[in-house]
Amino acid sequence: MLAMNYRGPQRVRVSQKPMPEILHPQDAILRVTRSCICGSDLHLYNGNVPDTRVGSTFGHEFLGIVEEVGSAVQNVKVGDHLIVPFNIACGHCTFCKQGLFGNCHESNPQATAVGGIFGYSHTAGGYDGGQAEYVRVPYVDVGPVVIPSGMDHDDAVLLTDVFPTGYQAAEMGGIRKGDTVVIFGAGPVGIMAAKSAWLFGAGRVIIVDHIEYRLDFARQYAQCEAYNFRSLGDPVVFFKKTTDGLGADVCIDAVGAEAAGNAMQTILGRKGMLQGGSTTALHWAINSVKKGGIVSIVGVYGPTDALVPIGNVVNKGLTLRANQASVPRLLPKLIDHIMSGRVEPKKIITHRMPLEEVADAYHIFSEKLDGCIKPILIPPAARA
Amino acid sequence: MEARTINETDYAHIPGWGIDADPENDPTYPMKHWTGDDHQRLGWERPPLQPVDVEILKSIEHPRITAVFGTTAPPMGLSGMIRRYAFKYSESHYGHWLPLILADRVGVVEGIIDDLRHGHVPNIFAEKGWKAGWKYNKQGIITKVAVTVAVTAAVVWWLRSKNERRLEA
Ligand SMILES: NC(=O)c1ccc[n+]([C@@H]2O[C@H](COP(=O)([O-])OP(=O)(O)OC[C@H]3O[C@@H](n4cnc5c(N)ncnc54)[C@H](O)[C@@H]3O)[C@@H](O)[C@H]2O)c1
Ligand SMILES: [Zn+2]
Ligand SMILES: [Zn+2]
Repeated sequence: MLAMNYRGPQRVRVSQKPMPEILHPQDAILRVTRSCICGSDLHLYNGNVPDTRVGSTFGHEFLGIVEEVGSAVQNVKVGDHLIVPFNIACGHCTFCKQGLFGNCHESNPQATAVGGIFGYSHTAGGYDGGQAEYVRVPYVDVGPVVIPSGMDHDDAVLLTDVFPTGYQAAEMGGIRKGDTVVIFGAGPVGIMAAKSAWLFGAGRVIIVDHIEYRLDFARQYAQCEAYNFRSLGDPVVFFKKTTDGLGADVCIDAVGAEAAGNAMQTILGRKGMLQGGSTTALHWAINSVKKGGIVSIVGVYGPTDALVPIGNVVNKGLTLRANQASVPRLLPKLIDHIMSGRVEPKKIITHRMPLEEVADAYHIFSEKLDGCIKPILIPPAARA
Repeated sequence: MEARTINETDYAHIPGWGIDADPENDPTYPMKHWTGDDHQRLGWERPPLQPVDVEILKSIEHPRITAVFGTTAPPMGLSGMIRRYAFKYSESHYGHWLPLILADRVGVVEGIIDDLRHGHVPNIFAEKGWKAGWKYNKQGIITKVAVTVAVTAAVVWWLRSKNERRLEA
């Protein structure tokens, strides 16, 4: 089968790989019908996630039709067309039982800090991902759901990660009606966080980035204020000024390790890999929120130490909330938001490319070219 | 694994034990629906176990291998040796992460050697997606190529001049 194949930092290609097999009674094999490239994949693509092995296939956002199921599978049958959450979750462990499907303890032997994630390095379990023609899906009875009839498949594929992650970012912000919410990052996740902040009753939603076309898109799609941090001077001062000197009620970090905007952070975190990513956005979030405010982090960072102004967290009495999104927990609610027409995630999809052009797709998304917000890859059989 | 249940009388000797416990004071809600299962430790009913038939490196913070795991790209060669070494250290240790990053870089070289051994000369230009880059960002690609050429030329020049100096000496 054809599959994306990682060869080294910023080098990927599509090549032939053996078909995945059932390795566990609760597995299924899916024929992928579309998959996305995510901002999280850029951490892998740039070689910033330790234990990203050459020959791995990325891709944790995909839909697929069930081709084969293991002997213990009950809820899913051959021919079902599934939305597959990016979390690999057993449904049994303490964490899954309490809704923390992004923190399963039975899906990743290689690390205790992170649960299993499709196509996300050996640090996240060593699974091949869905940027391929076929993929193995463990615990298929637990997380995945059949695409609801009448749902556009472009909306469905954004339920695997981006919409739930943006939504959870807003949810973890503990937004009260009327709150001013500042979101760092106008990528797919930040844009969905802005959209979701309104659902929680935010009074003012502000998004920050330095890519103009993304700010334009966010302004329209998420009906929010949008600012380019390159023209704000000191962003922290700007946010204080625009909130009567108090700071935002809630700040959301939807940027993560690849953050731009501070040369020292870029050198330490992105070029030198001397810390777990560049923490510029998180730094701004902590310093722009009000005393007693909440900082919600969904931006992904590496496993090593990283510089953040922790003293200010203490002195300001902040609450930090963070997680990998728990996609299965949120699916019923978000399916309803889509089916009722309140949110149309598919509008963020700007590029639809053949799986064979995976290298070009990564380059375009990574370099933010051609107005790219969210690219999806379509395998040959799904194009016919 | 031994399950722990809270028996209030066990704490009778501690004045005021639990008097201010407030189940509502939970910053993890609604992310986490607290059930008390945390105190059952590893006592959950495990899923069936995937047979281990490739080499899996296990975090030393895990008491046991998880019920499922991925089997792609098992550790091999020099990078594999470095990875095995890294797994002697916990996730809390640079001794774990720095060797893994090194192993990843070594793996890139092994990948190129492996390609060549299979008669495949990797098309770096295509793998970097520079075709699309050329279409949408010519200047960026020109800069990247120029920098690559300049760095390569500088390294070659440096190596040469070092050799010449050695010959002269
Ligand atoms: N927690 C989760 O479950 C989860 C799930 C998906 C993605 N993520 C993470 O969310 C983050 C965003 O994902 P995405 O797909 O939107 O990625 P993306 O790369 O498309 O978007 C990130 C945006 O941040 C902008 N940016 C860079 N530096 C900035 C700064 N200092 N301030 C403000 N904006 C800045 C970039 O220009 C870019 O537009 C990534 O770190 C990704 O790994 C987390
Ligand atoms: Zn993603
Ligand atoms: Zn679990």
